[in-house]
Amino acid sequence: MEITSPTFKANAREALDDTTLQKALGFVKVGFVDRRAKAAARLPEFEALRDQAKAIKDHTLANLDLYLERFEEKVTAAGGTVHWCRDGAEARTTILDICRRLEARTVTKGKSMIAEEIALNDFLEEQGIEPVETDLGEYIIQLRHEPPSHIIAPAVHLVKEQVSDAFRAAHTHLPADRNLDEAPTLLAEARTILRRKFLAADVGITGANFLIAETGSTVIVTNEGNGDLTQTLPRAHIVLASLEKVVPTLEDASTILRVLARSATGQEFSVYTTFSTGPRRAEDLDGPEEFHVVLLDNGRSAMLGTEFQDMLRCIRCGACLNHCPVYGAVGGHAYGWVYPGPMGAVLTPSLVGIDKTGHLPNASSFCGRCEAVCPMRIPLPKMMRHWREREFERHMTPAAARTALGFWAWVAARPRLYGVMANLGARALRIWARGRGALVRVPLAGGWTAERDLPVPEGQSFQAQWTRRGGAR
Amino acid sequence: MMESGETGKVKPVVGLFVTCLVDLFRPSVGFAAVKLLEAAGCTVRVPAGQSCCGQPAYNSGARAQARAVARTVLDAFAEVDYLVAPSGSCAGMIRYHYPALFADDPADAARAEALAAKTWELVSFLTDIRDMDLSGARFDGTVTYHDACSGLRELGIEAGPRALLGAVEGLTLTEAADREICCGFGGTFCVKYPDISGRMVADKVEALAATGAGTVLAGDLGCLMNIAGRLRREGRAMEARHIAEVLAGMTDSPAIGRAEGEV
Repeated sequence: MEITSPTFKANAREALDDTTLQKALGFVKVGFVDRRAKAAARLPEFEALRDQAKAIKDHTLANLDLYLERFEEKVTAAGGTVHWCRDGAEARTTILDICRRLEARTVTKGKSMIAEEIALNDFLEEQGIEPVETDLGEYIIQLRHEPPSHIIAPAVHLVKEQVSDAFRAAHTHLPADRNLDEAPTLLAEARTILRRKFLAADVGITGANFLIAETGSTVIVTNEGNGDLTQTLPRAHIVLASLEKVVPTLEDASTILRVLARSATGQEFSVYTTFSTGPRRAEDLDGPEEFHVVLLDNGRSAMLGTEFQDMLRCIRCGACLNHCPVYGAVGGHAYGWVYPGPMGAVLTPSLVGIDKTGHLPNASSFCGRCEAVCPMRIPLPKMMRHWREREFERHMTPAAARTALGFWAWVAARPRLYGVMANLGARALRIWARGRGALVRVPLAGGWTAERDLPVPEGQSFQAQWTRRGGAR
Repeated sequence: MMESGETGKVKPVVGLFVTCLVDLFRPSVGFAAVKLLEAAGCTVRVPAGQSCCGQPAYNSGARAQARAVARTVLDAFAEVDYLVAPSGSCAGMIRYHYPALFADDPADAARAEALAAKTWELVSFLTDIRDMDLSGARFDGTVTYHDACSGLRELGIEAGPRALLGAVEGLTLTEAADREICCGFGGTFCVKYPDISGRMVADKVEALAATGAGTVLAGDLGCLMNIAGRLRREGRAMEARHIAEVLAGMTDSPAIGRAEGEV
């Protein structure tokens, strides 16, 4: 997908002025947050489970090669195939080869952020294969030809009327005067359309929430059941997963599942948790003839052993987005690539480079709410700061900001000089204010005064007054 | 370093880290902090050679510059029993981030660890270390309290300020909605991304004003200047003060961003 992160500021301005978007974002800020808080409060061991979940992933990442190879052995033993893919191009080619061999014309898809990451839909369309998104939110944004704005609620930036419009524009064979004013009628229509697609599909592609090394199983969690139909009905099931999804055992997956849905939607468990191990066996009544796992690296192995390794613990619950005041103000599209919010601010620079994504780790007030709710205890602000350090080292910080910061730090490291200058500054502001308590405009402080008045210093600095009064030093 | 007071009790020596914002914009908060610390049985010094904790550089990714500024704090506060700051943000920087900042600096790593261990935010120092009895304080009015992010999430300051405010006679505390949400200050964030910060502070003052309280209190001047500046920009009557001013009974001077006679 085309990256628009370099114009983050303009994207954000546009989002702030979009009243429909602002209305839609209201749910993220209230609904998701309340539900997570209640779900966490209902489970006394929730905090202990977070520690366990973190420990499982840390252990796995420290032994990633071992668990991935074991996973492959088990998939092979169950009759499936693991395809190791270094980047998006390799993954796309692998999927295309499978589709071509099976002469696939229609591919159904469960929700997969990795598919977004490698822009799979556009690629399949170019090759004459019709990809059909079967998650309702994904289906809606596919009709609208736009990327998801949230990692678990892809269409959360839309209000109901926009969905009705998209359906009317796409489903032209249905009566024009049908009722699309309520969620149930929208849902019924989507279900009718998608049922035919499920039956027509030659290949089903899903993502994976977990890959289990001890059994070679893949796991998806959904609320609509679309994933099950996607992977069970077609001749081949392709699981598209990035390599950090692996966990050692079923028990480990169960532990992390206990924090996943609670953190994501506030559910105790998602409606469907589906385990897939290999293709259909002789005694099975249904299931795919072929089972493929496309295992994608795409920059992740390069994060191992760096200050960004902890990011690979992420289980894509979306809690950091839901609790982020910046995400809540501008929504997901402003971030300009697949992964928005705090997790995106750390992951996107790792995957596509800091050159185009420099704004993302800077557009945070470091309020720390993301880290406070992250079920995997990922220190997101700390890692955003690490990106800022890399940017500063590489002179990517804007020149004016860099100069100002350098000058300020030089003075602040010389407290006596700093004291003199602080008092000169205070006096200048007081003179400029002519008795007012705050200023509406101040030279060189446009960023501040654009949105709020600048309070004027009360008088001489505290330290000057303290010295004058003979206070103890 | 402990000094004996008139009653014979050992008094801890507190070095007040006044913070750059209080030093420059609101010295009265510094004097309120001194009054509270002395009332809590401490000997207060204001070590010379302090400017800023270095957080603006640290959060801008300028580690070397941050260390240069932070070393002035390590030097100035080496001798006192405690470093106390009227800010959760600066106290959090010293307590939580200095060890990380100096972790790969063999010369100063131990000094940073030692300073971190004796650093406290003002209100939590009064409640958690000094178990302060605030009887006699008075403030007539309804207030709401804004939890600044660093204090709340890095230092866990939440019950302490409310307990002390509960002991102030004449004061009614009314809680705002979304009280754990950032006001949009975020240090340099507010000038780097003014549009987003502006939306955040607009939402914040809306929630604060909805309480009907006459005054918003907080423990961090950065947030307070942001909130006070926005309240004034929107022409709202609500005033903003540092919690230390109320606890110390020093509320005769105009509120933040207001001059004598201005409403």
